[in-house]
Amino acid sequence: MNKRLVSFVIKLILFTLVMSFFAWSFKSGYYQLIIDDAEGFIFLLIQHIHMVALSSFLAIVLAIPMGILVTRPKFQKLQWLFMNTANLGQTIPSLAILALAMTWMGIGFKPAVFALFLYSLLPILRNTVAGIKSIDPDLLDAAKGIGYTPAQILLKIELPNAAYPIMAGIRTAVVINIGTAALAYLVGGGGLGDWIFTGIMMRDNSYLLSGAIPVTLLALLADQLIRAAEKLIVSKGLRPSAAVSD
Amino acid sequence: MIKFDGVTKVYGDKVKAVDDVSFEVPEGNIVVFLGPSGCGKTTTLRMVNRLESITEGKIFVNGTDVNSLNQIELRRNIGYVIQHNGLFPNMTIEDNVMAVPNLLSWDRKKKTDRYNHLMDLIGLNPDEYRKRYPHELSGGQQQRVGIARAMAADPPVMLMDEPFGALDPVIRSRIQNEFLQIQQEVKKTILFVSHDIDEAIKMGDGIAIFEGGKLMQYDSPSELLARPKNEFVREFVGQDRALKSLSLHTVKDLISERMLRKADGLQKHNKKTITVETNLRDALSILLNQEADQLFVQANNKLVGAMRIDDVEAYLHHHIK
Ligand SMILES: Nc1ncnc2c1ncn2[C@@H]1O[C@H](COP(=O)(O)OP(=O)(O)OP(=O)(O)O)[C@@H](O)[C@H]1O
Ligand SMILES: [Mg+2]
Repeated sequence: MNKRLVSFVIKLILFTLVMSFFAWSFKSGYYQLIIDDAEGFIFLLIQHIHMVALSSFLAIVLAIPMGILVTRPKFQKLQWLFMNTANLGQTIPSLAILALAMTWMGIGFKPAVFALFLYSLLPILRNTVAGIKSIDPDLLDAAKGIGYTPAQILLKIELPNAAYPIMAGIRTAVVINIGTAALAYLVGGGGLGDWIFTGIMMRDNSYLLSGAIPVTLLALLADQLIRAAEKLIVSKGLRPSAAVSD
Repeated sequence: MIKFDGVTKVYGDKVKAVDDVSFEVPEGNIVVFLGPSGCGKTTTLRMVNRLESITEGKIFVNGTDVNSLNQIELRRNIGYVIQHNGLFPNMTIEDNVMAVPNLLSWDRKKKTDRYNHLMDLIGLNPDEYRKRYPHELSGGQQQRVGIARAMAADPPVMLMDEPFGALDPVIRSRIQNEFLQIQQEVKKTILFVSHDIDEAIKMGDGIAIFEGGKLMQYDSPSELLARPKNEFVREFVGQDRALKSLSLHTVKDLISERMLRKADGLQKHNKKTITVETNLRDALSILLNQEADQLFVQANNKLVGAMRIDDVEAYLHHHIK
């Protein structure tokens, strides 16, 4: 009870702060730019979303099969190698990955997407592997014992039971990705980072906020959308344990 | 029905978990594997559906060497219950129970009928539980659903690894009784792992006692209690084996030995009535607890006689010891 009260008060304070910030920035006319240059804004917004969606999609379709592959008994021995390489990858700052991508692929949309894709890979891969490995061995034994084939075990037992951590990994990756995509400006990838960096360079709050706040809202929106998808995808039978690990 | 022929299991190249085990289980019998932890019960069980490979020797089910069968097919034809029930948390109760029929692609109607029948059998309302998930059931209910799942495709053989191990004594005893009742109806050939001698006596048509991977004795419960083959078995079944064997006999046996006395009408104020199906161990404990010094025995709601402690003692001496 007490904990809930504390968390409620904290949420309330944060909410008030955010709202007063909005009210202040709105009254100061910092978002006028979005209306004045609506065309430019929409162009950058779409570019931003395009970058995030493409890189996230590529990361998901590569990381999940990779996670499945390294958790197969045959690859047990390669697993640590994979995970260590992947972990090492995550310690490289996103800016450095961008720089590396640029030296290799030049400037523009492509190197930005490639860097974002690389950076999103790890949270999804790590959660897929952890999710599959955390499944109670008794379950797999029971499934095997009543005659599931390895493919059926994967599709009916392993993936559904690991669905929550996998979805959480995707959510983390996408949310981080939306923020990181603001750096794409640095390699000429476009997106809302254009306005943010212009704002920084020109010390112009209206550019800064008209870029930064939509990025923030986009991240929040994506978080909520993916949570809603989780509700649809993750079996009801797994909800209580899912709530605990949240 | 199930035949072990010189079966040996070596893990790695050192651990001999099962050592040259041979015995046969007749159709429709429950055989309980008994023995201390690590003696090879689970391993022996899991070689039958080839969850473990057989290092040496052969296992036959219904006359067929299990190694000659497709292992997926083999497993679908053998019911399997593991200790912690292993229900799939992501599936509803119906999907759990119908796991094997789903694999066998039964048609919808057949599945629904089978589900309803099985749930009735294990005493859970089919409709009430259909859409529930395992975590919404008590431990005892989950255990029963685990058994229903193993029976779903009506396999002639079932393997059960300490299926009632995680239950408290009261629920455990109730589920044991229910299970025996179900078995009366379905007559499966069952291998049943336990580490509880009382459970073994109650559930088993035969008991196989293992130690260090070796089969120490394979006999009926009464034979095992009356004539333990060696020191290990004697010690394992315990000092009170005479008492334990009483639970294998009922008041009916007293009657057939003409050892029941006439009901003594004078002691009506201190009477307690039991049925002829009561086992002698329970009858004795009622007498010892001094709930009554004489028990009245009923058959089909009619008084047929009475018994005292002396009668149990006499029976013990003449027929068990
Ligand atoms: N996968 C394995 N690899 C190596 N050794 C094993 C393996 N499984 C079991 N053993 C060993 O084989 C022996 C028999 O094990 P088993 O699981 O059959 O015992 P059990 O009689 O079922 O014991 P419990 O009552 O504790 O379940 C033990 O010494 C155990 O350590
Ligand atoms: Mg065991």
